[in-house]
Amino acid sequence: MRPCIRKNMAFAAIHVANFMVQAVLRAEAELSGKPVALVDGTAPLINVVAANDAAWRAGIQLGMAQTQAQLCAVEIRRRSRAQEQAAHAALLELGWSMSPRVEDHVQDTILTDLAGLHSLFGAEENIAREFARRAAAMHLRVHVAVSANLEVAVHAARGFAGITVIPQGEEARYLSGLPVQALAPSAEALLTLQRWGIRTCAALAALPVLELSERLGQEGVRLQELARGAHARALVLAEPAEILQEEMELDDAVEDLEPLAFVLGRLLDQVCARLAARALSAAAIRVRFDLGDAFEKEESVRGKNVVAAGVGVETAAAKAYEKVLHLPVPMRDSKMLLKLLRLQLQADPPAGAIVKITLGADPARPRTTQHGLFVPNSPDPEKLELTVARLAKLVGGANIGSPELTDTHRPGEFRMNRFFPSMNETKARGRASKKSASGGDGEAAAVVRRPATGCRIFRPRLAARVELREGRPVKIFFRGLYGRVVTASGPWRISGDWWRRDAWQQEEWDLEIAFDGGDAGGTASGSASGSADVHVNVQVNMQVIAAVQDAQVHMRAGLYCVYYDATCRSWFVRGMYD
Amino acid sequence: MAANFAALRSKVELALAGRVVAPFNYRDRQEVVTVSSGIPEIDLLTGGLPRGALTEIFGPSCSGRTSLLLAALRARTAQEESCALIDGGDAFDPHSAAAAGVELRKLLWVRCRNVEQTLRATDLLLQGGGFGLIAVDLSDIAPRLVRHVPLDSWFRFRRAVEDTPTILMLLEQESNAKSCASLGLRLEAGAAGWSRMPVESAAGRAEDFSRLPWGWLLEGRSARGEVLRSRMQKGGAGYFRGGFAAAPRVANEGIFRTRMDWDFFSLPIAAKRK
Repeated sequence: MRPCIRKNMAFAAIHVANFMVQAVLRAEAELSGKPVALVDGTAPLINVVAANDAAWRAGIQLGMAQTQAQLCAVEIRRRSRAQEQAAHAALLELGWSMSPRVEDHVQDTILTDLAGLHSLFGAEENIAREFARRAAAMHLRVHVAVSANLEVAVHAARGFAGITVIPQGEEARYLSGLPVQALAPSAEALLTLQRWGIRTCAALAALPVLELSERLGQEGVRLQELARGAHARALVLAEPAEILQEEMELDDAVEDLEPLAFVLGRLLDQVCARLAARALSAAAIRVRFDLGDAFEKEESVRGKNVVAAGVGVETAAAKAYEKVLHLPVPMRDSKMLLKLLRLQLQADPPAGAIVKITLGADPARPRTTQHGLFVPNSPDPEKLELTVARLAKLVGGANIGSPELTDTHRPGEFRMNRFFPSMNETKARGRASKKSASGGDGEAAAVVRRPATGCRIFRPRLAARVELREGRPVKIFFRGLYGRVVTASGPWRISGDWWRRDAWQQEEWDLEIAFDGGDAGGTASGSASGSADVHVNVQVNMQVIAAVQDAQVHMRAGLYCVYYDATCRSWFVRGMYD
Repeated sequence: MAANFAALRSKVELALAGRVVAPFNYRDRQEVVTVSSGIPEIDLLTGGLPRGALTEIFGPSCSGRTSLLLAALRARTAQEESCALIDGGDAFDPHSAAAAGVELRKLLWVRCRNVEQTLRATDLLLQGGGFGLIAVDLSDIAPRLVRHVPLDSWFRFRRAVEDTPTILMLLEQESNAKSCASLGLRLEAGAAGWSRMPVESAAGRAEDFSRLPWGWLLEGRSARGEVLRSRMQKGGAGYFRGGFAAAPRVANEGIFRTRMDWDFFSLPIAAKRK
């Protein structure tokens, strides 16, 4: 934090009255309008610590035991410090949504510098209304006071409901009716003032400073300055948090994900509202579940799950589950984020009952795109992410993505990357514009060469039996079919990674094969011919044979890539030229 | 009779109100925009691949389906379009695709294990939208299994892709989409092209080593394409209006040749000739 001193400035104090209750109501909007009392403490001493107006009217009293409070027909909730922290963070976001200069005064009150906001929102009253409106969007009811003096603004916000704008020079008049307690004196000073019969700020302000100093010391002088609205200090700026976080403790542990979606949706709404307040989006969503005892699920499953989460820090008791949803582009759509989160959680659910949810967002600048007439169509990144997540659920996360060739000569090696088509859009626009400028859509440029022969790979590789004559394949048996080799090209010897355990050494052949039909079952395990050069491989996969029987009529002739694996001394069919 | 007809008509319109604007009005078809398939011979034959329509390419093994697929992917990715390949048999080879010029980072590859997964993945991708080309490769799935795919699946795909700039390409061994396809192309394998390599002997003479297996090199192959159905006018971007007409067979055949890129197994040709 650093001090910031400016002259002739107006400040707004934003105060959340009955903060503890509002923090709970913010997370449970359905309680709005109902009598709610908060209890705190350890059993059996659990007492009421806060309540809303409806609860006071229903007979709730501060310090009342929980058992007594339950007789008053009010909603009883435990005080949640996590929700109070989240509400406080939301309050700060509210300040930053309008002004970059915000002071984190106390948990229920913040101060903002209004410099420069007049040109955007008009008069100070309008600015205060805008604060109240944005707070309501965050499910907070606030009192806003605007003054040139920081402390006056704070006391007015605490003392007066709604919006209060105090003109410069009239601070003492506005504060005059406030009780002395609003100035937060120490208990000793308050007792002394009460003995003197000083109840209001006006009475305190009327006392002579020297005598007050002699009796109450510096605190007395400070209190009197506050009562007169003459206490000046600088705004202490707060730094925005790097991660926006919301938490919720569940009354009852939840084991299934479906009921949890509602809570996750609410937390995401709150996080997105806070992001929107700062004109930011989320680059990643971090979710953490504090797990209770797994009632029905096996401990072994839990252990596996905790390891599988593998993205965060596990507690010593291994009762936490963490997941990070990395987003390809910054997003702020809570519904979309909820769908993505649910898909990810369904793929790897927590193995235990959830007792507490912590949901955070890594803020990032929103994506900016400039569309153009000549930019080719591309999937919307947000929609694409959802589609890819659904496809990953369908076929498995490892089976979807964008292939990338790896830096090796080992045949068939590649890796799957995350599909992210939104390349350098400026570059794409430039390319597309050039192509369109050069005439047509640039199709001609794409077809100058003869098309390449495509290759289809057999996964897993097909075991084959090959008969050699004078070192050249003459017959081959695979997929339950005998083939006569019409033309053979090879052997093309390749090897690599000899220093590793999985070294490879192969002799590759390109074969044109004419199939004569075959006996799928009878000869599958038969012996090879008696030629000395014949390599025999009897690893014929019966399942494969059964599966391709339908296709045998289509295999009259073809070009195949066949290789002899010298490391396991067997023949395999790598693929087919199609 | 006329009164009954009017009553029936109004009843149908009432039932479809909100879902279909004018069920009895003729739905004017939009202009069919076609793009290059990446193979000039096929473009000449078909007029290109139609956007917003289903193109069915079928034929036996080694008939050039994959070559045509790679050529189309290359042409689309060269235009900075995103493409998707739903690989029903997990047979796609990224090495040969890269050698063919396909920009792999613009390609979403979905590796499926059966027909059901393939169809569901196709549904999801069509709903997502935004792709220039979506290829559904059922070439390695037994025809009897593909035959069991209900016809309404193809109709659904066709409807989903309509009025979008997406080319939906279906590769199979046999034709299954039938009239749902705007373009039906049958491929047949042609002759393979082999080259004999004269290699200089130690004496500096060119010798013919064709009797030896390493004296031959696969250069490519030819494939014959035949248009079995087309909703477009032949030879260019068509403007279709009217009913379906099967293309006459005689004048709808073309032959294209493919080349081998010996780099696609990470092997330079010099290494192959050793």
